[in-house]
Amino acid sequence: MDIFLQQIVNGLVLGSIYALVALGYTMVYGILGLINFAHGDIVMVAALVALTVVQLLSGSGLPPAVVIAAAMGAAMLVCIVIGVTVERVAYRPLRRAPRLAPLITAIGVSILIQYSAALVWGKQYISLPELLQPTSIAFGGAQFTDLQVYIFLLAAAVMAGLLWFIKSSRIGRAMRATEQNPDIAGLMGVDTNRIIAFTFVLGSAIGAIAGVMVVLYYGLGHYFMGFMLGLKAFTAAVLGGIGNVAGAMLGGLLLGVIESLAAGYIGDLSGGVLGSNYRDIFAFLVLIFVLVLRPSGLMGQRISDRA
Amino acid sequence: MHEPQESGVQHPIMPGNTAITPLARVVRNSRLRFVLYVAIAALLIAAPFLIEAALGRAWVRIIDIALLFVMLALGLNIVVGYAGLLDLGYIAFFAVGAYTYALLASPQFDLHWSFLALLPIGALVAAFFGVLLGAPTLRLRGDYLAIVTLGFGEIVRIFLNNLNRPYNITNGPQGITLIDPLHIAGANLAKTQTVAGVSIPSLHSYYFVFLVCALIAAFISVRLENSRIGRAWIAIREDELAAAAMGINTRNVKLLAFAMGATFGGVAGGLFASFQGFISPESFTLLDSIMVLCMVVLGGMGNVAGVVLGAVLLTALPEALRYAGPLQQSLFGAVYIDPSDLRMLLFGLALVLMMLFRPAGLWPSSIRRRELAATREPSGTEGADVRR
Amino acid sequence: MKRRQILAVVFAVGLASLVAGCKKEQPPAPKTEAPRPIEAAAVKIGSASPLTGPQAHIGIDIRNGVQLAIEDANAAGVEIGGKKVKFELIPEDDEANPTKATTVAQKLVDSKVVAVIGHFNSGASIPASKIYSDGGIPQISPSSTNPKYTQQGFKTTFRVVANDDQQGPTIGRYAVENLKAKKIAVIDDSTAYGQGLADAFEKTAKGLGSQIVAREHTTDKDTDFKAILTKIKGRGPDLIMFGGIDPQAGPMVKQMSELGIKAKYIGGDGMQTPNFIKLAGPASDGVMASMPGLPKEKMPGGPAFLQKYKAKFNSDVELFAPMGYDAVMVFVDAMKRAGSTEPAKFLPELSKTNYEGVIGPIAFDEKGDLKNGPITIYVVKGGKWEPLETVTPGTTEAAGATASGASATATAGAASASSTAGTGTTATDKK
Repeated sequence: MDIFLQQIVNGLVLGSIYALVALGYTMVYGILGLINFAHGDIVMVAALVALTVVQLLSGSGLPPAVVIAAAMGAAMLVCIVIGVTVERVAYRPLRRAPRLAPLITAIGVSILIQYSAALVWGKQYISLPELLQPTSIAFGGAQFTDLQVYIFLLAAAVMAGLLWFIKSSRIGRAMRATEQNPDIAGLMGVDTNRIIAFTFVLGSAIGAIAGVMVVLYYGLGHYFMGFMLGLKAFTAAVLGGIGNVAGAMLGGLLLGVIESLAAGYIGDLSGGVLGSNYRDIFAFLVLIFVLVLRPSGLMGQRISDRA
Repeated sequence: MHEPQESGVQHPIMPGNTAITPLARVVRNSRLRFVLYVAIAALLIAAPFLIEAALGRAWVRIIDIALLFVMLALGLNIVVGYAGLLDLGYIAFFAVGAYTYALLASPQFDLHWSFLALLPIGALVAAFFGVLLGAPTLRLRGDYLAIVTLGFGEIVRIFLNNLNRPYNITNGPQGITLIDPLHIAGANLAKTQTVAGVSIPSLHSYYFVFLVCALIAAFISVRLENSRIGRAWIAIREDELAAAAMGINTRNVKLLAFAMGATFGGVAGGLFASFQGFISPESFTLLDSIMVLCMVVLGGMGNVAGVVLGAVLLTALPEALRYAGPLQQSLFGAVYIDPSDLRMLLFGLALVLMMLFRPAGLWPSSIRRRELAATREPSGTEGADVRR
Repeated sequence: MKRRQILAVVFAVGLASLVAGCKKEQPPAPKTEAPRPIEAAAVKIGSASPLTGPQAHIGIDIRNGVQLAIEDANAAGVEIGGKKVKFELIPEDDEANPTKATTVAQKLVDSKVVAVIGHFNSGASIPASKIYSDGGIPQISPSSTNPKYTQQGFKTTFRVVANDDQQGPTIGRYAVENLKAKKIAVIDDSTAYGQGLADAFEKTAKGLGSQIVAREHTTDKDTDFKAILTKIKGRGPDLIMFGGIDPQAGPMVKQMSELGIKAKYIGGDGMQTPNFIKLAGPASDGVMASMPGLPKEKMPGGPAFLQKYKAKFNSDVELFAPMGYDAVMVFVDAMKRAGSTEPAKFLPELSKTNYEGVIGPIAFDEKGDLKNGPITIYVVKGGKWEPLETVTPGTTEAAGATASGASATATAGAASASSTAGTGTTATDKK
């Protein structure tokens, strides 16, 4: 039972990072119908920027909270600039193009960001200087650190804030209108170009938060790290129902828990035939089953053929 | 010489009354066409020798691999270009073909079957996997399909990487070594052959085998495009509902697209295994799938010639870019951008720019162009439509 | 029409073979081998490793080591066969991709390199070795540890790193005999290197009577190991062995301490890096890892090498730079003895190598594997790798003699006692 509880805790922390990254995918998809393949790489840039800032400030004697805040601020700024630029230069001209064109562009942008980052930061794994000393907390047989708690709480706060924002604010309403029908939203006085740009701002900023979390939690960054993270997060977004913000959160948390449980129990359940080496398969299998049985995802309302 | 021979080329939807390009004029003129064919055939046969003399043997190898990618791209073109089903895990079929060959012609199980038997078997196994992937995804289109196929590709790779325990089948990440080379009529293609006084090195022999296979693949592709099935695929691509209403069995036709596409990949995989002599799961990653997709898209979806062009270009271009390092050294006295980075940066940039300025590909399908010219389409957003 | 087309094709074939025939007349001899006169230009040495992609940092490290060696050799003014020789490096990027590796190999053969240092991954070294063998060019891999690499029967394949069948059992014996581990959990990163090492370790440990309580896997891209570590925690091992490299080992050790796992942790040379300590932070204290060769600081050229590397590239040695450096020096050494830079001439000398390198004494067995030199176990103390103990392992000659399939089992325990004496003495004699 202890083990089970521990696995759930592991899964929830991992899942909250997936969920934050998944938000970026799902918001862009909701409005543009585009898989923004480059989003994972924006998270990567955030992680590397944060690492650089922490490295620069680590000798200054500032309290860790200030250092982290500065790192997060810098990461968000850089990511927003990149996100908006990518939207303006690479995606906007293709908005009315057939589906495959922006998808390929997104793959191209992803490669561009990766190798630009490699030029800037080199190809080594970059490690986080000693900054935090996480204290262990034991709870009901499960063991976790205060850092994990903060990560989870921050993720939850960001998600709650986002939900509120989309539901209640003026821009949020405009976003929903644009999502439903950009043309009519335009007729109603919504500047759809600005709303779409703003979606990228929001997605990149949240991605930046996720990137900083990854750095703090795992303590390392690398120019290639965005790829797999992005893939998992995208899976999470589809699992929850892509285009649906609440669904992305649910999908992220669920995927984290499924992965943890699968890695922890698959070996025993299959009598040793399968092992933790099949962990990644589980993410994809779940995805396939969800798509086949309920193509709109857990919380999506759309029919499959819209895509 | 007589027109009826070529009637198949004209698409039934739209009679060929568009502007005649100089190339088209050559093709129309029987005598010139004859000369053209001869010239192309001579060039193709002399190619490896010319390339070796001009650029070195490494480039013959690059061309060999390019031919394999031509087969792959043609296979994916059936799925993506004709039937409009976006497949991001296509490399899985390549892997299946390669492993089928490797397992049955290597010391792994001490089996050494003839490649004449193995290539059809590889094709069949790959086709089976194609149906396996196709069946559950019949209801999905567009992005959802893309992501499921992506997952499928990863699943196949992960299984290949882990099927060494509890029972060792694929040898896991260690890969399979000492795979048999091709033997044709008793001649071992891994060794230099002498035919009619001309010595043909191994790379060149493989070139000819691959060339024949690629030509067959291209021929099948062209014939399929103009066949009943090909038109059914295109109908599904354009509007699945309307296609179904016209009496097309969309389920079977889609499955057939997956199976046909997979077949090409399976054959290419078998040839790859025999050519390399060693395979491991590292050769079949998502990036390889994306690479093949880019070949199809950059070349010109749905157009066989364009796809071939795309495959050759994208295999050769990254190799050519390797020379950028020495060039920087001689121009600026130092290497500012690692040529390997430069290669990837340019590759990314090319993808973006292509989509922005020439989305239909370098050599778009003429049918597609005609269709697009006929229908009113806002601004320059023609071509490349998987979803409509 | 049909007939004319057939005629055309026949004509084309004729034409083409004519062209081909002409082409063949002139250049056949110099194409494959390169019997260049010695005073001709620089002697080209190729290096092949991933310079792009996720493993680029290790690949660049290798290339740097090779580059340093070539600069050193040129600065020292090497004379071969009475003539001054200048070496030139041709670095190639194999992208850690087996297909690219063969292209790169062909390119190196074409550009008439006389020797190749590479590749990094076993998955790249194995397919490439066939091409070097066909071209008659000797290849020394600084890092490929897959036993199969040298078991293909090529005369041109060598390596200056212990293979998995040598290092894994050494760690295994150390874990059971010295650390007295009874319950062991084994993790690998699902790569040829990590899994090979972990498998060899597992067999030895089992053979010596320890219990393997868990066998888990991750990937070489993962950074979250909580799930498998939690499972392992439930089994209560007193030692965890990891087959893999530092980007995984670092976070894994960190997460172990977060989960409150008290077991000891040991790994192979892939994680014996300064970066590991940075990645794992304070949790790295007490972690052990093996590294073939004597401690660098104890080598005649060791500290100097580390300093030189740091001065030149402004970064610490990642992993295999010393092996890359030594590989070049081994080639130069063989050329000196043969008095020739022709591969065909110095290849026989290469197999007789007996060279004192940065990594330790280097000699090859008949397959081209590094003869069992000492393997040192290191431990992290106060944020630094400190040598703990140097073990001289049993040779794998027994394993090598058997067929490839059975080799791993043969290594388990049997070989240890019998053959320690033989290689043990040679290694110490050289000191």
